[in-house]
Amino acid sequence: MTAAETVRTAATRRDLASPRKAVASAARNLVLWIIGLSFLLPLAWLVLASIDTRPSQQARLPEGFTFDHYAAVLTVEGTLLPLWNSLLLSTGSAAITVVVAVLAAYPLSRYQSRFNRPYMYAILFGTCLPITAIMVPVYSLFVRLGYLDNLFAVTAFLAATSLPMAIWMMKNFMDSVPVSLEEAAWVDGASAMGTLRRIVVPLMRPGIAVVFIFVFIQAWGNFFVPFILLLSPAKQPAAVSIYSFFGQYGTVAYGELAAYSLLYSLPVIVLYVIVSRGIGGSFALQGAVKG
Amino acid sequence: MRLLPVVPSVLLLLLFMAGPVVWAIVISFSNSALTGRFAKDPEWVGLDNYTRLLADPAFPLSLLLTIAFVIGSAIIGQNLLGLGLALLFGRVNRTTRALVSTAVVAAWVLPEIVAAFAAYAYFADDGTLNQLLAGLGIDGPNWLFEYPMLAVVLANVWRGTAFSMLVYEAALGDVPPEISEAATVDGASGMQRLVWVTLPMIRGAIATNLMLITLQTLAVFTLIWVMTKGGPGVASTTLPIFAYQEAFKFQAIGYGSAIAVVMIVIGAAFSIAYIRALRPEAQR
Repeated sequence: MTAAETVRTAATRRDLASPRKAVASAARNLVLWIIGLSFLLPLAWLVLASIDTRPSQQARLPEGFTFDHYAAVLTVEGTLLPLWNSLLLSTGSAAITVVVAVLAAYPLSRYQSRFNRPYMYAILFGTCLPITAIMVPVYSLFVRLGYLDNLFAVTAFLAATSLPMAIWMMKNFMDSVPVSLEEAAWVDGASAMGTLRRIVVPLMRPGIAVVFIFVFIQAWGNFFVPFILLLSPAKQPAAVSIYSFFGQYGTVAYGELAAYSLLYSLPVIVLYVIVSRGIGGSFALQGAVKG
Repeated sequence: MRLLPVVPSVLLLLLFMAGPVVWAIVISFSNSALTGRFAKDPEWVGLDNYTRLLADPAFPLSLLLTIAFVIGSAIIGQNLLGLGLALLFGRVNRTTRALVSTAVVAAWVLPEIVAAFAAYAYFADDGTLNQLLAGLGIDGPNWLFEYPMLAVVLANVWRGTAFSMLVYEAALGDVPPEISEAATVDGASGMQRLVWVTLPMIRGAIATNLMLITLQTLAVFTLIWVMTKGGPGVASTTLPIFAYQEAFKFQAIGYGSAIAVVMIVIGAAFSIAYIRALRPEAQR
C-alpha cells in the first residue's frame, strides 16, 4: 500500500473514530494518572517512613505520627557537619565553574580565532566523557598528586567535570547578549574585562544563575566522587554520610534514613523550583540543548 | 592576549579531565595496587591487564549487562516513555499535565543516593511493590535477588525519564502546529502524523537525547551500588561496578584502570559519532 492510499483509507476511517473522541481523551488521562502514581509511589515511602513510629520498607499510612526520626538525625556529627560540607563543596564548585566559564565563554563568543573551533569540539567531547565512570584512575591520580582527602581538590575536580557543559551553556547565553552595547563602551575606552564585568555579566544574570544552580545541584547530589576521594568522616558531605545509615542486608534504621534523605534533598528541590518557576525551565534547557 | 581569559578553564580541564584519561591509560599498563608494595612502586606489566581482562569470564558478562542496562533503561525505557509522556501532555488538560509532570520530575531532581534508597525500598522483598502485588493476591518474588537487572533497569527508567520528557516537551513546543493541522486536513491519522510529520521534525532532539542518556546511563554507579551492590554474585555488575570492585575490593588499581580505559573508549566512540552527526547542521 502506498503512502497516499494509506492516507485515503485513514480519511474514510476518521468519521468512525470521531464519536470515540471522548473515550480516547479519558483513556489518555487515565494512562497519565497511572504513570504519575507509579512515579510517586517510591517517593511516598520517603515521606511516610520518616514520620512513622514503626517505619518499614513499605509505603503505608503511619501507625503513629512522630517527628522523633528528624530529632534523632539532627545532630552536629550526624547531619549538620555533613550538610555543611555539602554546602562548601557545592557552593565552591559552582562558584569556580561560573567564574571560569564566564571568562572562557567571553573570547569564544566575541572574537573569531583559529582556536575557537578545536576548543569548542574539545568542550563538546568533554561533555560526553563519562568521568564518574572512571573514578579508579581518578583515585590513583589523586593519590599520586597528594590530593586525597583534600576538600579543596575535590571541589576543583567537581568544578572541572561540570565545566564543559557550563562553558557550552554560558557561550550560548552570551551569544544572545547584543554586542552593540559593548562596542559603545569600547569607543569610550573601556577594556574588554571592564565591559565583561560591567555590561555583559549584569545582562546575562539569569543565565549565570541557571549555570550556578545547575552545577550546585549536580555537586550536591554527587555520591560516587566524594565516596572515593574523601576518606575522613569530618570532611565527608551528606551524600556519603547518609550512606552509613544504610547497612545493606542488615538492620536499616528506615525512619532515620528517610528523615535524613528528605532533609538532604530539600535544598535541591527548592533550587529546582526557583529555576523552573522563577527563571523558566525551558530557558535553562535552551542554553543546554541549542547551539 | 585576547585568549588569556580561557587559560583557567584550560588548566582545570587539563588537570582533572584530560589528566585522569591519560593517567588511566598509563597505569593500565602497570600492576599498581591499592595497598602493599605495588601501591608505592608499581611495575610495568605491559599488556598483562588487558590479556587478563579478555580472559576474565566476568568481563564479557559485565559488558553484556552494561549494554542490556543502557538499551533497556535508556534507549527503550527513558526515551520511549519520555517521548510518550511529552506527546500525551499536548492533548490533555493543564492540571493533569502539571501534576504528572511534577511526579516524573521529582524522581529526577532528588539526589542520586536518595533516589537509590527509595528504589531499594520499593523493590525490597517486603517493600512497596510486593505489598501492592499481595493486595492483588500475587506473592511477589524477591526482586533484588531473583531479577536484579530488571529491578535496576526499572529503577533507572523511574529515575531518568524526566530528562527525556523535558527535552521532548521543549522540542515538540517548537513544532509549528500549522504543519500538524495541515496533515490532519489532508486526512492523516494520529499515528501517521506522528511517524511522518512530528518525529522527523524533532529528529535533532531525538539524536541529542539518545546520545546524552546513553552516556549518563553508561556511567551509572550509585543506583546499582545501593540496590544490589552488583549482586547477587555478579548478576548486576555493570562496568562501573566491575571496575570499582576490582580496584577497591580486590585492590588491583591497574586492572581497574584497564576497565576504565574500556569505558573511555566506548564513551569516546559515542561522542565522535554524535559530533559527526551534529556537524552538517553546524555548517548549514
